[in-house]
Amino acid sequence: MGMTITEKILAEHGGLKEVHPGMLINARVDIALGHDVTAPIAIGEFKKAGGHKVFDRNKIVLVADHFTPNKDIQSAQQVRIMRDFAKEHKISHYFEGGDAGVCHVLLPEQGIALPGDLIIGADSHTCTYGALGSFATGVGSSDLAAAMLTGELWFKVPETMKIVFHGKLNKWVSGKDLILYVIGQIGVDGATYKAMEFTGETLGELTMADRFTMANMVIEAGAKNGIFVPDETTREYVQSRAEREYTFHESDPDANYASILEIDVSKIEPQVAFPPLPSNVRGLSKVGSIKIDQVVIGSCTNGRIEDLRLAAQVLKGKQAAPYVRLIIIPTTPDVYRTAMSEGLFDIFLDAKAIISPPTCGPCLGGHMGILADGERAVATTNRNFIGRMGHPGSEVYLANPAIAAATAVLGRIAGPDELKGVHKI
Amino acid sequence: MKLKGKVWKFGDHVNTDLIIPARYINSSDPAFLAVHCMEDADPDFIKKMCPGDIVVAGENFGCGSSREHAPIALKAAGVACVIARGFARIFYRSSFNMGLPIFESKTLCDLVQEGDEIEVDGDAGVITISGKEAGPIKIEPIPPFMQELVAAGGIMPYLVKKRSRG
Repeated sequence: MGMTITEKILAEHGGLKEVHPGMLINARVDIALGHDVTAPIAIGEFKKAGGHKVFDRNKIVLVADHFTPNKDIQSAQQVRIMRDFAKEHKISHYFEGGDAGVCHVLLPEQGIALPGDLIIGADSHTCTYGALGSFATGVGSSDLAAAMLTGELWFKVPETMKIVFHGKLNKWVSGKDLILYVIGQIGVDGATYKAMEFTGETLGELTMADRFTMANMVIEAGAKNGIFVPDETTREYVQSRAEREYTFHESDPDANYASILEIDVSKIEPQVAFPPLPSNVRGLSKVGSIKIDQVVIGSCTNGRIEDLRLAAQVLKGKQAAPYVRLIIIPTTPDVYRTAMSEGLFDIFLDAKAIISPPTCGPCLGGHMGILADGERAVATTNRNFIGRMGHPGSEVYLANPAIAAATAVLGRIAGPDELKGVHKI
Repeated sequence: MKLKGKVWKFGDHVNTDLIIPARYINSSDPAFLAVHCMEDADPDFIKKMCPGDIVVAGENFGCGSSREHAPIALKAAGVACVIARGFARIFYRSSFNMGLPIFESKTLCDLVQEGDEIEVDGDAGVITISGKEAGPIKIEPIPPFMQELVAAGGIMPYLVKKRSRG
């Protein structure tokens, strides 16, 4: 029996010829990631267990990105714990201040996360790196502590759910809409404990940015990991960035799948996820008139340069509606500089946007754009849970950057086609 | 493991933002987190509950963010265990890793009322509801490896023990 790409990567890192769903294996970890929220607990556990030395200072990545620039004394204390640990153990991939960006955008951009890797991160959106053809999954802080100490972790080999995309994408439909549509179909626990493998002819059209967005949100269906079989688009993205060797795997033709979901993308319009669950999706034409107070364009889901370019296309020569706060967050220093040098900042500033430094900030209700009771936001982020962006009585609607930008201009949830003079490039 | 306590009931998809909202996770102090446990699901939970009480929920408990602050908050608040129809996988791992007892039961959620007193016998794999005919209610067996983690007191003590054995 053949193996899926997920099974192959797990087998290789477990030192096994083959693995099957349900097997419990101990596997070697290529990258162990933590950030300012989760690493301090992991560091505490590491020390409590008598840990003196990390397994490999080059394979641990620590990023200050959540409550940074430090929003208050408590956040500053948390970052200090992480910084002290990074200094003590000479962690080579430590990112803070002007080096730091939103971790799940930063790691692929810097060539740290690579195809064929086994990556764990104490952050649920670690699954993002599956877009590169790696096995990447979120864990808790204790698991991160264990991996920092031993370089290994236990895994139950997941069953794989195959999702096949056919057809041509409609205007303004992106990776965000495809993943929201899938979550809407299968529910927030529709892939619990499973791998989601994305395939089909449509994916060839998708940029790496779209693929990262899709892999990023598989956790919103409960999945363990999301994965794309790497292709020429992947190679083009990684070859100039990779800091070490990498491996392309693919699923065997006779690999076993728990289920196969076929999707005709030509039937999909831009999607909006209504609160309080990412599965609560509607096509844009069925949204109705929903007034909004804030728009956030950013996050590990949709804060890449491609996302900002798309927002700029829609915002060019326009302004955010009165009383609407438009917050744009370039997610890494590189994204920031590129957006600036391409003139996107002028478009954003002319549109009355606030340009934030790279941070997770409002996505998790941390800072940089918290909502008051009864306020509504449209965000290009990944979660619309109760209280996610602030007061428990506020609401978050999830959408792609083009919809978010048009929404900011019109002050209600809307698509770019409602604006004059906006054409998709 | 035998636990007896009063039931607090929650629904499906209780995410970690509800268990401990992000506005409090700029701290990792268990006592601070405990004060805000379940705040956005039930603002009075922490005032009403007593240490030793049991949280019962539906599907997909602990979904969303990987924050281990969630099981830490529940444990530090004195919640004896969480029994749900199902758990999200990161929460499931983390609970075993840091020593919050959790059990899966497909039926308990439908049979129990808030305020009922239940007795959980983790070894026998059954739950009984005090003063009710229903029962004993079956708990899904804990996989052998997870039992080893529980016996050791979590992943880090388990690793320390394993390494010292050589």
